[in-house]
Amino acid sequence: MALQVDDLKVYYRTLHGDVQALDGVTFAIGDGEIMGLAGESGCGKSTLGNSLVYLTGRMKYVSGTVTLDGAVLPIWDFDAMNPHRFKHVSVIPQYAMSALNPTRRVGKMIKELLHARGIPYKSVSDELLRRLELVGLGGEVLDRYPIELSGGMKQRVVMVLSTLLDPSLLVADEITSALDVSTQKAVAELLVEFRERSFVKSMIVITHDISILSQIADTILVMYAGHLAERASAKVIIESPRHPYTRLLISSLPEVGIRYDDKRLVGIPGTPPALLDPPTGCRFKDRCPLAYEKCAEQPPFVEVSPGHSVACWRETP
Amino acid sequence: MSVMLQLDDVSKTYKVGAFGGQRLVAVRDVSFDVAAGEVVSLIGESGSGKSTIGKMILRLSPVTTGAIRFDGNDVSRLKGRALKEYYRRVQGVFQDPFSSYNPIFKADRVFKMIKDEFFPHVARSEWEQKLEESLDAVSLDPVQVLHKYPHQLSGGQLQRLLVARALLLDIRFLVADEIISMLDASTRIDVLNLLADLKARGLGVLFITHDLSLGNYISDRTVILRRGLIVEMGATAKVFGNPQHAYTRMLLASVPQLHRTWEEVATELETTPVEAIDSRLKVAYARTAAALEHDDPTDSALVEFEDGHLVRRYESAAGRTAPVAGEAA
Repeated sequence: MALQVDDLKVYYRTLHGDVQALDGVTFAIGDGEIMGLAGESGCGKSTLGNSLVYLTGRMKYVSGTVTLDGAVLPIWDFDAMNPHRFKHVSVIPQYAMSALNPTRRVGKMIKELLHARGIPYKSVSDELLRRLELVGLGGEVLDRYPIELSGGMKQRVVMVLSTLLDPSLLVADEITSALDVSTQKAVAELLVEFRERSFVKSMIVITHDISILSQIADTILVMYAGHLAERASAKVIIESPRHPYTRLLISSLPEVGIRYDDKRLVGIPGTPPALLDPPTGCRFKDRCPLAYEKCAEQPPFVEVSPGHSVACWRETP
Repeated sequence: MSVMLQLDDVSKTYKVGAFGGQRLVAVRDVSFDVAAGEVVSLIGESGSGKSTIGKMILRLSPVTTGAIRFDGNDVSRLKGRALKEYYRRVQGVFQDPFSSYNPIFKADRVFKMIKDEFFPHVARSEWEQKLEESLDAVSLDPVQVLHKYPHQLSGGQLQRLLVARALLLDIRFLVADEIISMLDASTRIDVLNLLADLKARGLGVLFITHDLSLGNYISDRTVILRRGLIVEMGATAKVFGNPQHAYTRMLLASVPQLHRTWEEVATELETTPVEAIDSRLKVAYARTAAALEHDDPTDSALVEFEDGHLVRRYESAAGRTAPVAGEAA
């Protein structure tokens, strides 16, 4: 197991109390696995991704453990995490396109970053050039300022930089959502290529776009309102989902070839609950067409068939 | 169906560079029309000029050359009262619902502004009934959305409020610029269906998007835009079912599909024969495949491939290596 997360809870501190954005999640990722993490905005997917790397000031670690390659990650301790970041866990942040320092040439910025981590630039420069080549950029990009690069190019620079030290786990947060469809495809395929070449051992790809995950992910984890809803292989999630939320979500996606006059798709009525004071029991019950008395109790996230886990009373009597 | 909005060879040139010394052609000789009760989707990647076209229709940006006609009248000549009447008929909704509202005021202030500006003499009770009707048309419950601040409402609700605002004005044409892309998957389809309802009420809708699956779902006709030029247009079923231009094919092959992998789609497109109906069009496709690499849009023209389905063809220019028909496929 590359990554094992046990009952992780991370809340946001606000003036009105704690927002329970990530409320007890347990899952594991195998070596070489690309796990897609999907859900609506505010479901806790970015919180989960961030808390594996970097807890920001407002985020409060509550409980749970994260184990990477057999060693516990001290995610609650900002300084103790430093030796792990970049080397063992790395992130391609949301809006990676604005992650580059606009006042430095790309090469200078990378040198400074490596220096700050105590890594001599010389020791990685050949590999850096080789990987820039691989993503189709070439070494001259190092002499450019970020403003001279297109969105897709910046995205690829950040991808190469984040994975330069061959981290064990890479968290890619919404890295395709701001790109054009053709660039989106290229970037998504690069993620798979990075895995094939063992630049990263395993990956969490966070996105709201399930159709991207169907192309590149081995498994998909669906979150809803801070809880896990369903986890299975990408094919099973798309072809035969069992959680009512996943089913409704998949059936509401328009695809090339589906037209409203042939088949009018429907959304999910209602909105996700506020997590400042979340409802008890299943958090999807107010929008769920199948809800019944039992849903007042929180359903456990259990395996219903090999490799397929669901948190729904209808599926786990 | 009668033509409602018509674009005739519309171009837009921006001045760029330090002293405005350079020219950037954002939209080049674009012509298409939208009829009443029709949804036309305008599809393109960033920088294709799709939003610029929407802005020119809404008079937020002047056209450089060409004309935009609404019911036969040149839009850019409208002034004063006539312009106000135009806005009574034509409205726009944009991508980010959160920045369309002033966060200091309650969201329903947008309705009050419409009343003060366009309907100052309408009685309060009559206005309230009108408001209720238009909220009903976008499936919003007045209790849930009125007297709330923008941050208390979801993106989908805010976006529907903006459509309701437009409906208060007896509009006949709506420019919907990326109105879905900021919304969550579970609510976006409802806003999309709303466009279908508007169409059923006889409105013309220009649906601007970068997402081919959304355009395919909702629109009757599709216009594919690349670097300010129309490369392919026609009935949606024809453009997506039988794409001719290399760029359209590339876009289709890049869209992530749920039940088919990228390789499957690419293989299928490669094996589909290019159904050129005459030698002229065989040249058209071969040229455009090469033209994706280094195109010069000035020596090209749209030709009718089949009934109402237009594809851009590139004239073979002297001094340039023109691939022989079929070579590119």
